[in-house]
Amino acid sequence: MTILQDAPPAAAAPAVRETMTMAAALNRALADALAEDDRVVVFGEDVGALGGVFRITDGLRARFGEERCFDTPLAEAGIVGTAVGMAMNGLRPVVEMQFDAFAYPALEQIVSHVAKMGNRTRGAMRLPIVIRVPYGGGIGGVEHHCDSSEAYYAHTPGLTVVSPATPQDAYALLRAAMRHPDPVVFLEPKKLYWAKGEVDTSITAELGRAVVVRPGSDVTLIAYGTSVPTALAAAEAAGAEGRSVGVVDVRTLAPFDDATVTDAVRATGRAVVVAEAPGFASVAAEIAARVGERCFSYLEAPVRRVTGFDVPYAPPKLEHHYLPDVDRILDAIDTLYPDEA
Amino acid sequence: MSYTEATVQLLSPQGTLVENDLSAPYLPLIEKLDDAALKDFHRHMVVIRRFDIEAGNLQRQGQLALWIPSLGQEGAQVGSAFAARPQDHIFPAYREHVVGRIRGLDVMKIIEMLRGQSHGGWIPAETGNFHLYTLVIGSQSLHATGYAMGQKFEGADEATMVYFGDGATSQGDVSEALVFGASYQAPIVYFLQNNHWAISVPVDRQSRTPLYLRPSGFGIPGVQIDGNDVLAAYAVTTANLDAARSGQGPRFIEALTYRMGAHTSSDDPTKYREREEEQFWSERDPIARFETYLKSKGADDAFFSEVAAEAEDLAADIRARTFALEAPPASKVFANVYTDPHPGVDAEAAWQAAYEASFDGESA
Repeated sequence: MTILQDAPPAAAAPAVRETMTMAAALNRALADALAEDDRVVVFGEDVGALGGVFRITDGLRARFGEERCFDTPLAEAGIVGTAVGMAMNGLRPVVEMQFDAFAYPALEQIVSHVAKMGNRTRGAMRLPIVIRVPYGGGIGGVEHHCDSSEAYYAHTPGLTVVSPATPQDAYALLRAAMRHPDPVVFLEPKKLYWAKGEVDTSITAELGRAVVVRPGSDVTLIAYGTSVPTALAAAEAAGAEGRSVGVVDVRTLAPFDDATVTDAVRATGRAVVVAEAPGFASVAAEIAARVGERCFSYLEAPVRRVTGFDVPYAPPKLEHHYLPDVDRILDAIDTLYPDEA
Repeated sequence: MSYTEATVQLLSPQGTLVENDLSAPYLPLIEKLDDAALKDFHRHMVVIRRFDIEAGNLQRQGQLALWIPSLGQEGAQVGSAFAARPQDHIFPAYREHVVGRIRGLDVMKIIEMLRGQSHGGWIPAETGNFHLYTLVIGSQSLHATGYAMGQKFEGADEATMVYFGDGATSQGDVSEALVFGASYQAPIVYFLQNNHWAISVPVDRQSRTPLYLRPSGFGIPGVQIDGNDVLAAYAVTTANLDAARSGQGPRFIEALTYRMGAHTSSDDPTKYREREEEQFWSERDPIARFETYLKSKGADDAFFSEVAAEAEDLAADIRARTFALEAPPASKVFANVYTDPHPGVDAEAAWQAAYEASFDGESA
């Protein structure tokens, strides 16, 4: 058994720096990890010949072979449960759940076994598993294809939960997740799969670190995943109206980077949390509570949340009513200035 | 994985009746059918294929968010649907458009769902006990089993039939459904359409043995049929539903068919399968062989013209009604989440309405 040893000396993939989509960045991260560490195996439904329904594993089977990238039977509990066993046996499984809601059959394996094995074995048997989950809406998807399921995972002790918002972070955070000794639920905002950005594969990222993606002195928007570009657009619009609005990209939902978020909010005294998921008992609720606890004496107004409504995700013709958008964020920002109303 | 020595076939791909030991128990059920019933089989297969093409066109033209074709599976679906009695309950997967139509569902409901106006929205009590589509693979097998357990507890003269595919057989839910169905001797027919592909994954990744053998380990009789033979689908399903309804416990049918089209409009099968395989199944098309059979029994050109006209009429009607659909109101997002008024949802609905009104004519 070779679990928990460092990766073998890197047959490091040559660094590249180019503009690519988030999907391509994720594909490259998987390819580079497969090339560098022969313990990495990638599997799931349709990830082989098809290259995944979102083409994230495109070309991996052809390049690395059937033993390293393979299609599974159609059973999500089976995919995650066998990943547990493979990880126990020294492999580093990276599994794909086809869509957010299709991961629910695996929830028992994730919550009761993936998340707890390290704890139950007093640290002796860590499970370096990455569970990739395309999540969120805004793509005109039918039911069960657009859930924001992050709260289920973030609420589960033992899981590290990550969601990138840019191709660069997608590459660097997925590499970090695959090197991580513990299980990571890697939530991929599917609406951003085809958004392009520059990726430098020599840049590394650390899990558990938020980043200020736009400085601002009046208001802090706190967002992750698909909501980051929405928050940036709102900040830009607010800037045109004379308000300096900053944006923090949370990037790792659990463990949460209190320091970065707290510093940003203390500097402005006003905060809005933006997320697609229903707001009740959500990650956004947790963020608002933490900000309230740590920044109370700095706040000029209560922390606001702009989230999805507490209803089943709306069908495609109605999802624009459901999703937080620029106007709803601007509306929330206005409520932070009650004297100007 | 294709036909085996155990495959029950009543109508050959050439359109002639098959008389052998496997077909013998079922042929009397076909002999009882009058010409009108046989013509109805054909009518429904042809009309739904035209509907399917029209819906695919509407999707490509941006009218639907998604389309799920049933091309090639009409024989298994039409035959099994006509085997059910009005009091029976049907739990579909998501590709059984013609089963719904035969049970009385206005297929416009399927169009509305896949256009993105609703999450289904039909009411089984109004659609011949045809329940909602289930997009999560295999989950409905347990719902159907539970429904059938209720039928058993009530002593009702009813049965339940559940449709699922070869991919679903790998889901734990389907195995658990077989365990419960057998344990309680529920009046249910598990109708597996083995269309050979779970998106890009061939059936041999799901099972190394023919799938009709699997239920035997659960204590449930299994039978394999040529699913592109509407007569076999009708007769074998009739016999098995009758057995289930009369207290003989659950039954399992594997219908060998083929998904001639893509998994959905989002899929491109040229990436993972061979033209030769599609050709093999194309030569075993359910409609072509049945047309030959009907002609041999004397159906005339007028009948086939009439069916073609009916198919065109439905396609035109669906097209017109799709273009006439209006965007659903925002209030629908908040409707029917709970039975009783819910303070959280009600407050959000009120906020959303006031928010939308605040734009005062501007686009929100």
